[in-house]
Amino acid sequence: MTPAASASVSGASVVARGWGWRHAGRRSWAVNGLDLRIEPGERVLLLGASGAGKSTLLHALAGVLGGAEEGEQCGQLLVNGAEPTAARGQSGLLLQDPDSQVILARVGDDVAFGCENLGVPREEIWRRVNDALDMVGLDVPLSHPTSALSGGQKQRLALAGTLAMRPGLLLLDEPTANLDPEGVLGVRDSVARVLENSGATFIVIEHRVAVWQSLVNRVIVLDAAGGLLADGHPDDVLTSQGEQLAAAGVWVPGRGSGIALPGREMDAASAPGAVPLLRTTGLAIARAHAEVIARDVELAVHAGTALAVTGPNGSGKSTLALTLGGLLKPAGGTVRASPEFANGAGAEPIRWKSRQLLTRIGTVFQDPEHQFVAATVRAELAVGPRALKQAEVAIDARVDLVLQRLRLDHLAEANPFTLSGGEKRRLSVGTVLVTQPRLLVLDEPTFGQDLRTWREIVVLLDELLRDGTAVVAVSHDTDFVAALFDREYRLTGQAGPRITPRAVVSR
Amino acid sequence: MSVLAPERGTQAIFRINPVAKLAAALLLAGVLILTIDWVSAAVALACEFILFFFAGLSLKAFALRTLPVWIAAPTAGLTTLLYGQAAGTVYWSFGLVNVTAGSLELAIATTLRILAIGLPSVVLFVTVDPTDLADGLAQVVKLPARFVLGGLAGLRLVGLFLEDWRALELARRARGIADGGALRRVLSQAFALLVLSIRRGSQLATAMEARGFGAPVRRTWARPSTFRGRETALVGIGLAVALLAVGVSVATGSWNFVLT
Repeated sequence: MTPAASASVSGASVVARGWGWRHAGRRSWAVNGLDLRIEPGERVLLLGASGAGKSTLLHALAGVLGGAEEGEQCGQLLVNGAEPTAARGQSGLLLQDPDSQVILARVGDDVAFGCENLGVPREEIWRRVNDALDMVGLDVPLSHPTSALSGGQKQRLALAGTLAMRPGLLLLDEPTANLDPEGVLGVRDSVARVLENSGATFIVIEHRVAVWQSLVNRVIVLDAAGGLLADGHPDDVLTSQGEQLAAAGVWVPGRGSGIALPGREMDAASAPGAVPLLRTTGLAIARAHAEVIARDVELAVHAGTALAVTGPNGSGKSTLALTLGGLLKPAGGTVRASPEFANGAGAEPIRWKSRQLLTRIGTVFQDPEHQFVAATVRAELAVGPRALKQAEVAIDARVDLVLQRLRLDHLAEANPFTLSGGEKRRLSVGTVLVTQPRLLVLDEPTFGQDLRTWREIVVLLDELLRDGTAVVAVSHDTDFVAALFDREYRLTGQAGPRITPRAVVSR
Repeated sequence: MSVLAPERGTQAIFRINPVAKLAAALLLAGVLILTIDWVSAAVALACEFILFFFAGLSLKAFALRTLPVWIAAPTAGLTTLLYGQAAGTVYWSFGLVNVTAGSLELAIATTLRILAIGLPSVVLFVTVDPTDLADGLAQVVKLPARFVLGGLAGLRLVGLFLEDWRALELARRARGIADGGALRRVLSQAFALLVLSIRRGSQLATAMEARGFGAPVRRTWARPSTFRGRETALVGIGLAVALLAVGVSVATGSWNFVLT
C-alpha cells in the first residue's frame, strides 16, 4: 500500500453555534459568540490578535480543553455533528513546543502511541507508523531515540504520531514558531505532502502568514471582542483586512514589518578603532561538562553597536551568548572586558559577582520562564535593583518607568507565569533593562513573537543602541538581523575549528 | 541514572522480559534477607559471579555500574564491625567502639549480603529498557495502563529537568541573585524547578490526551510483551541460587533467621 492510498480519510466538518469558552477563574470569555461552519476538506488559516482565543478554539476542537472544572462553555461546538470530547482521535492536534510533545523514548513507539490508545490492531499500527513517517519525511530507524531529534524533526515526529491516528480534522497551533528557518520549511513541506494525500479538514494558527498562505483556501479572523472579524478567500481577506491584521500582530505578506529605522550615527565609542567593551581571544566555548562546540572565536563588542550571532542549530550560538554574558566559563582562550567597562570588577566577566553583572551585562534567555523568580510582574522587575541595594523610592520609580515602556503596567500584580508569550518576552527584557546594563545579550528574542511584539522589541533595542548600549543577539530571524544589526558573526557548526566572521549588513 | 540510559547489546539477556528480571531479583533478595549469616550470602555470591559472565555487560560497564554497591557494602560492614553487637573475644575497644569476634562475623555477613543482593539487582536492571519494562508491567503483570504509561512518559521529563536546572542556575546568576546564601539559593531554585516541572507535566498530559490517551476504547499494544521459556528459566535460576544458599546454610548449621 502506498502512503497516498492508505492515508486518505474523509474530512470532518466543524460547526460552531454561539459557542464560547471561559477559563475557570477568569472574568472574561476567551472565545465568545462564535458562529462558524467549516466544510469537510477545507483548509483554514486561523488568525486574530493575541488573546482572541485561537488556541482555545483549537484545543476545544481537539477535545482537550478539559471538563467543567477547567472552565465554562456556552453554545455548541460540533465536529462531524458530535461533541469533540466524545470522538477522541477524530481530530489531531499539533502544538507549538517540540519538547512537550514527545511522549516515548523511541521514534516508532512514539508514532504508535496514538494508534494504541485508539485500539488499532497491532499489524495495522506498524503499517500506519511506517506510512506516517514516510509521509512527514522523517527518515530515521524506528528505534532511533527521540531525544536525539532536532526541534524541526520533533515537530515532524509529532505530526506523524497525529497522522497515524488518521484524523479527519488536522489542527496545528503555531507548529513552526519555535523552529529555525530550515525546520519551518521541513514541517511546512511535510504538511503540504499530507494535505495532498489526505482529505482531512485542516486548520492552522500562525501569525507568519507567508508560511501557510499557499496551502490554505480560507482565512478566518477571530475578533478579540467575540465573533469573527473576517472570513473568506485568503487573497480577499489579506487585502481587505491587511491593515487591521498587521496592527493586530499578524505578519501579512507583502506589507513588511512596517518599520523603517533611520541609520544610527557612529560616535567615537562605536567607531571601529575605539576600545571595545568586550573582546575575545582564541575563545573556545562549551556547555558545562560537555565537549567544545566552537574554537578560535575572535570578536569584539563595541558600545552602541549591534552584533548578531547566527548559524545552524547546534553550532553553539546560545553557548557563545552565555559565555559572552559572563555566565559560562570559556573552555579555552579569554573573554576580556575593557577596564572602563569592567569599572573595577576585574577583566574577566565570568569572575564577576552575580550582582556586578547587573549594571554591566544583561542576559535575556531564550525561555523567559527560566528567568522568573518572583510572584508578581512588579516584584520581578524589582529583583535586580534590590540586589543592587538601591533605595526603595528609586526602585519604585524605575520599575514604573519600565512597566510603562513595555506596556506591562496593567499586569503589574499578575504572576509572570500566567502572562502570554509576548508579555513574557517583554517582561524578560524588562528585568534586564531595569538595571541599565551597558551590554545586552539576547538569545532569540523574537522567537514565536507576533508582529506587534516584534516591532516593539526592535524599536526598543534601536533606542538603547542610540543611547550607547551594546547589543549582542543570537537570532535566526533574518528580518530582525536586517532591521537592526551592524555586524553578523556566523558560527558554521562544521567540524573544522576555523570560524570566519563576516559583515553582512552594512549601514 | 541507569534507568535513563540502559546498556544495550545482543546477548540473550537483553531479550528477556524485564518483568522476569524484576521477579528474579526480588526473589533472591526476598530469600537472602531472611537470614544473617555469611555462608548463605557467600554461596549466593559465588553462584552469581558465574552467572555474571552471561549478563551481557563488559567488565568496564560492570565495574562502573556496580561501583555504588562496592562502596556501600564494605562501609556498612565496617560500621557493623565497629559498633555491632559485641560478643565473644574482644579484639579492640575504644570508647563506643568494640571490635569483637561476634561483630567481626556480623560485619562479614553484612558485607557479603549487600553484595549478594545488590550486585544481581544492578546487573539485571542496567539492561532493562524502561519502555520494555512498562510494556511488561502492563501486559504481563496487568497493572493499569494509565498508571504505567503515565510513569513512563514522565520518566522522559527527567532529562528535561536536568537541562532546566542548569538554565535556572545561569539565569539566577544573570538576575544578580547568585551571590552567597547557597542553601537559600538551592531551595528557591528547587521551587522554580517544581513550578516548571508541573507546567511541563500538564503540557505532556495535553499532548497525550490529544493522541487519544484515556479514550474509552480497549487499548492495543504495538509491542507484544510475553512471558515464555527464557523468562521462566531466569526466574528458575534465581530460585535455584536462593535455595542452594539456604540449603548450604542450613546444612552447615549457620542459618540465622532474622526474627529470632
